[in-house]
Amino acid sequence: MAQIRLENIIKLFGKVAAVNNVSLTINDGEFMVLLGPSGCGKTTLLRCLAGLEIPDGGNIFISDQNVTEFSPRRRNIAMVFQNYAIFPHLTVYDNIGFGLKMKKFSKADIEKNVKRAATLLEVDKYLERHPAQLSGGQRQRVAVARAIAMNPAVLLMDEPLSNLDALLRMQMRAELKRLLQEIGATTVYVTHDQVEALSMGDRISVMKSGQIAQVDDPMKVYTDPANTFVGGFIGSPPMNFLVGEVVQSEGGLAVEIEGQRLPAPANLARMAGQKVTVGLRAENIEAGEVKDGPGLPTQVMVVEPLGSHLLLTTRIGGQSLKVVTPVDYPVSPDQPLWLRPDLNKLRWLDAQSGTLLNLN
Amino acid sequence: MSILDQVNLNDNAPVTARTARPVLNQRSMARFALYVLAVTLTLWIILPLYFITASAFSTRDALYDWPKSLFPNPISFDTMDFFLNSRGVYSSALNSLIVGLITLALSLLIGAPAGYALARFIFPGRDSYKLLILTTRAFPIVILSIPLSVTFLNFGLYDTLIGVALVHTALALPQTILVTSSIFVAVPNELEEAALTLGCHRMSAFTKIVLPMALPGLAAAAIFAFVLSWNEVFAATILTSQNRTLPAQVLGSLSNSSLPLRYAGGFVLIVPSLLFILIIRKYLLNMWGRVVK
Amino acid sequence: MSLKQEPEQALKTPGQAGEVALPDFKRRRRRFNYTPFLLLLPATLFLAIFFLYPMLQSFIIAFQDSQGGFTFDNIDTMVKDTNFGDALKYTLLFIVIIVPLQVVLALIMALVINTGLKWAGFFLYIWTIPLAISDLAAGIVWYSIFTNHGYINQILIQLGLTQTPIDFLSFENPTLVFVAVVIAELWRATAIVMVILVAGLQVIPRAYTEAAEVFGASPWQRLWHVTLPMLKPSLQVALILRTILAFQTFALVFALAGRIMPVLAGEAYKWYNDVRNVGVAATYALLILLLSLANTFIYLRFLNTKAEELA
Ligand SMILES: Nc1ncnc2c1ncn2[C@@H]1O[C@H](COP(=O)(O)OP(=O)(O)O)[C@@H](O)[C@H]1O
Ligand SMILES: [Mg+2]
Repeated sequence: MAQIRLENIIKLFGKVAAVNNVSLTINDGEFMVLLGPSGCGKTTLLRCLAGLEIPDGGNIFISDQNVTEFSPRRRNIAMVFQNYAIFPHLTVYDNIGFGLKMKKFSKADIEKNVKRAATLLEVDKYLERHPAQLSGGQRQRVAVARAIAMNPAVLLMDEPLSNLDALLRMQMRAELKRLLQEIGATTVYVTHDQVEALSMGDRISVMKSGQIAQVDDPMKVYTDPANTFVGGFIGSPPMNFLVGEVVQSEGGLAVEIEGQRLPAPANLARMAGQKVTVGLRAENIEAGEVKDGPGLPTQVMVVEPLGSHLLLTTRIGGQSLKVVTPVDYPVSPDQPLWLRPDLNKLRWLDAQSGTLLNLN
Repeated sequence: MSILDQVNLNDNAPVTARTARPVLNQRSMARFALYVLAVTLTLWIILPLYFITASAFSTRDALYDWPKSLFPNPISFDTMDFFLNSRGVYSSALNSLIVGLITLALSLLIGAPAGYALARFIFPGRDSYKLLILTTRAFPIVILSIPLSVTFLNFGLYDTLIGVALVHTALALPQTILVTSSIFVAVPNELEEAALTLGCHRMSAFTKIVLPMALPGLAAAAIFAFVLSWNEVFAATILTSQNRTLPAQVLGSLSNSSLPLRYAGGFVLIVPSLLFILIIRKYLLNMWGRVVK
Repeated sequence: MSLKQEPEQALKTPGQAGEVALPDFKRRRRRFNYTPFLLLLPATLFLAIFFLYPMLQSFIIAFQDSQGGFTFDNIDTMVKDTNFGDALKYTLLFIVIIVPLQVVLALIMALVINTGLKWAGFFLYIWTIPLAISDLAAGIVWYSIFTNHGYINQILIQLGLTQTPIDFLSFENPTLVFVAVVIAELWRATAIVMVILVAGLQVIPRAYTEAAEVFGASPWQRLWHVTLPMLKPSLQVALILRTILAFQTFALVFALAGRIMPVLAGEAYKWYNDVRNVGVAATYALLILLLSLANTFIYLRFLNTKAEELA
């Protein structure tokens, strides 16, 4: 069906590059998530894809056709807008059938497609209503139904769940995922919510400052962030980053963090004598009172009970480190804590640039 | 309110009915005064309207009666009848209607596209253009119909309804542009873009989405232009000699009209305006609010 | 305008667009978008014709003699006319008195509406009625009240305040005539000021006055230190608009006072319609135009406003 290829896309607003040299290939039928903080250029990139903006540089290919300067209606796309953009003066039926009508489908075909899309999204009971008579969640469903009724090759979604309350969002998340698997359109899904990205995407493109910081499948993005930005943006709590120095010791290579040594893998040898950033996830750290095995001596600063677990903020020297423990773990502020990281799950990054070190 | 604060501050101390009551009284007194003021202002607006209505429906003699009653007694349609059937009234009312409708159509046809451009496009000179439109307010366009009449004579527009309508359009246009612009701004751009992604051209996105949503507001702007034209008397008088509009007709015959005729004329001028205000009242504040920002 | 989404402060959070230098690239050449200019064209042409052209024309007519040469005759005639001094005096006096009165009355009305009293919608509707009433009709309405056989005299007599009807609208009492005109105009044209102020009040966030209230400001203090300063742009618009319209006052005076109280626009009408001297009439039009422009300029200057604020 439809593969999307973005080549060196640049979009300027005045002097600001909202999208700065983005290249990305999205496979046919893939669910690609664009993830990044607010203002990083996700919406702008999506609008370039939709044809609502024409990029200043680069080319966009859909199914190997260069569509960079095509108007939206010539791209075989459909889009779900952040604020739904449901037409208030049309009924639900006319909203869902709007695109088909513009494409001059027969009445019967329109009806068939509207019914199908409405049933898929469970809004078939409201077809005669006007949007004002719908709840936020229902409007959201109509917006999605309107898009999929078009049978688009490419489905674009701009933070479609961000206006729903937390419970509804979780429910809709699972439902959308199932639905999109079912219809199999190539999907580009914009969100700033990492949970959405991790749970829904086949792959995630993490964006920063108009550029793509990393493209990978969700687990990989989580466990092996390409740089400190990605590691710090994804995960709750974000990945811990400690700065240390690679040293040669009698037991082999080690990293010295605030005077304490942890064993380091042998292929870090070329970094000997230099500073590195060590990345470690809070859940990959074991807390204990007594000093056994390689670990870090820390002091507890804050204890936050989060229901299913405790989130501890600890301090080692001038750096801080977040750890999660079971809820019943006995701990109180100011007490010392011995933290044993899972050494296999340490990540090594360049202390200056913050990018992942290539250790091969 | 500071008065409320005092009550709260006293909460710790035992509040007796004696300390609480004067405060309450003061508040309800203030409310009462507010309503008295509001009703007084309402009477100030309403009473003159009542008087002209009463005058228009009094008998000829009752108007000169001395002392006369404050209510028309008996109620009589003679004066109205006489006015409506006097020479020139019917045709000038028709003229007014025609001029008003031309003004309405022209100002919308010319003004709404400009309003749309200001609402939807970002282009060099956009802010200066808005400013320019605003400064046209400093122009006594109606008074300028005097020099214009000379040109109109040359172009055969003098004493024509279209000529008057053109000046009325100029009078209404700045307002129409700004008001329609604010109406289009109120239709989210996202809806238009959604239509584009659903297979519309720019033009069909406008006719299918923007226009239906903007219609009530546009209608209000149109009515506003009509009222402006219906009420305008200076230019209408200057630019015509035979083809008078109703206000021009009433003004022209004012000095040789009897009292009853004047009152009937005033009444007839007012009635349509009242109806229009009733129709567009929902938009009045919005229109002016947005124009002022 | 509608597309500016992010507030400025957002620019400081990390990961924002525009932080990284651009690579070298060939910028796509795009067709200049003519659409907005095409849409503006008719309106621009129309306004140019009906604003610029008559303005130039008024200069030409005012300073041209019958042979097409340059002349001050029209100005001379206008200034030497017995009514000119009175017309200028009455017009200016009228503005100086009516505008402040209207602003104060409109402010009171707007504040009453803004208290959110019950029936506010109803009151507002009634109070906006004069908005739709022409100056001619308003003049006739008040004529029915002030004339010898009118309602004021009726009421005064019934209250026993006078035995014979008072001649409000006669040559002998120019002051009374003036007062009658001011009252009628106050009735007719306060509504527009009020609507502007009500609209202005509505966009002042309640949070400000509430904050002032929390800090113990009395209603008076809130009005002076919070509401009025924030209402300044609306007040300015109202002032400018009202003053300019007051220069054009004509039909109301004509219907109410006939020739007793000359005003500039009325003189222009008289010279055009009765004397049939277009030159002098155009000179009056020019004078009104210049006074209007000067007035706007002075307001902007003295109230220290940028013109954009009026947008
Ligand atoms: N129409 C526009 N005009 C000017 N700047 C814009 C416009 N649209 C977006 N921007 C800027 O481009 C950057 C990226 O915006 P956007 O793509 O909306 O980010 P995101 O969707 O990731 O929050 C922001 O800095 C924003 O201010
Ligand atoms: Mg966005």
